[in-house]
Amino acid sequence: MKVTTIRDNSSTRNTKNNIFLGVVIFFSLLTILPIILIAGELVVKGIGQINLSFFTEIAPDTLQAMVAKANGEIIPGGIANGITGSLLIVALAAVMAIPFGIITGVYLYETPGKRYSNLIRDTADVLQGVPSIVLGLIVYLWVVKHITHSYSALAGSVSLAIMMLPLIIRSTEETLKMIPGTLKEAAVALGVPYHKIILRVLIPSSFSGLLTGILISISRILGETAPLMLTTLGNPQINWDITHPTSAVPLLIWQFYNDPNMVELIWSSSLFLMGFVLTLNIISKRISAKHSIH
Amino acid sequence: MNSDKITKYFLFAGSLLILIVAGGMVFSLVGGAIPAFHKFGWHFITSTNWNPTEGRENYGAMPFIAGTMITSVLALLISIPMAFSTSLFVSEYFRKTPVASVLSSLVDLLAGIPSIVYGLWGFYTLRPFIMHLGLSPQGFGVFTSGIILAIMIIPYATSLSNEIIVMVPNELKEAAYSLGATRLEVIFNVIVPNARSGIVASYILAFGRALGETMAVTMLIGNDNKIPHSLFDTGNTMASVIANQFGEADGLKLSSLIAIGLLLFIITALVNTAGKFIINRLS
Repeated sequence: MKVTTIRDNSSTRNTKNNIFLGVVIFFSLLTILPIILIAGELVVKGIGQINLSFFTEIAPDTLQAMVAKANGEIIPGGIANGITGSLLIVALAAVMAIPFGIITGVYLYETPGKRYSNLIRDTADVLQGVPSIVLGLIVYLWVVKHITHSYSALAGSVSLAIMMLPLIIRSTEETLKMIPGTLKEAAVALGVPYHKIILRVLIPSSFSGLLTGILISISRILGETAPLMLTTLGNPQINWDITHPTSAVPLLIWQFYNDPNMVELIWSSSLFLMGFVLTLNIISKRISAKHSIH
Repeated sequence: MNSDKITKYFLFAGSLLILIVAGGMVFSLVGGAIPAFHKFGWHFITSTNWNPTEGRENYGAMPFIAGTMITSVLALLISIPMAFSTSLFVSEYFRKTPVASVLSSLVDLLAGIPSIVYGLWGFYTLRPFIMHLGLSPQGFGVFTSGIILAIMIIPYATSLSNEIIVMVPNELKEAAYSLGATRLEVIFNVIVPNARSGIVASYILAFGRALGETMAVTMLIGNDNKIPHSLFDTGNTMASVIANQFGEADGLKLSSLIAIGLLLFIITALVNTAGKFIINRLS
């Protein structure tokens, strides 16, 4: 720390101090301005189009949208093909990533000091930083070209699962570290087999933490557009076959954005997508807040 | 073999997947990029040509590397005052007050907004505003992308530096206050020196995020395959050229796009490793 000579400069120092506080408050408010503007714009422009058929009908084609617009009607249809596609792709990604993520996380917790464990941790960190578009490229080479031979829901799921995997590994390890070691020691002392310690002690006692990690990782991948453009492409119909091209809500938004006749639909779809993602975020925050009280 | 050993091997086998995935990624990227590097050599990285005309195909990555770097650095510069102020607001000035927790949850929500929604907002709200200011005729370009990227990376820049700033020992701050230091002097003479490496690490990681952002940038940068000449010029980034040109690509063009993906992968891996290295040295 610098030693300042004592002179009567306290008034300028106080002024500087107050000015800086003002600057901090100004920039802090500036930081939250975008979220208010974005949320406000989506609600104002999007809420009018959300009705029952928005959830139950598939997206209109350009012609339908053009005719409706010419007649001054609301554009018909909804985003059901996107919602079902997103559910299919995300559920499949979760099924692939969660078991492996938790197993790897438990492994890291059980063998903390090993060089191999550090390698896994570093790999997870690197993988977490890989841009999603690059994952899309790679999964295109792996799944689209060699497994399904067409754009497919499976390919999209694989790319999203690769995004989820490192998130779940790290959150599992961090959660397990917070459990008191005495719990596990008590089970070991009772002669409980190793796999039962994991399934009956470690996982149940860290359940809410694991759930938080899973929900946060799902909220991260729900809005992903770039890797899906390279892997699932989109589909005007509802599709449940994982080897076929499939739509997803973010892909529909991209499609609406690029079609002058349907551009009005971006607001309602974005409102839906953002509402969904933020709800998941808030639920996971609630769970982790409850968890931390214990 | 007893059941405990089986469980151990089972866990070990499960942990292999992430290594296989990561190894396979590097293998596929390198394998896919070989035709482009074979054809153009190292010139691929430095060349500014991008010509998909059949027979005269020529690809170079420099405009995209430049575009990625310029937009990301700009985003980092714009986000630092906002992220630093937010961290001080949450972890120092209004620490543990309701207003701080409201602010930090709102900033966290920024991380939850999908990239494509940022792109839409940038296109329909920010771009007209930039045009209104007369900064650029169409509102597209490096500057617009930089602002959107800056907003997108703020939550990544703040989440770690908040924790680091909170951890600065109270005794140090109190000692400074007892000598008559003002809050401002405590911040810059006690908190910042103590938290410096953690703050730097969090900004490096945020920078890494900006490098790979695709959708929002694609919608705002103008997708012009050239090195931008000014802050308000249009350009293109590595991520957005992959997104834009992938649809019609095969052969040498596909290989060139994969090569760009490989370069992007290497750059982000280096940046993230640098950030993580600083963090690991802290603990």
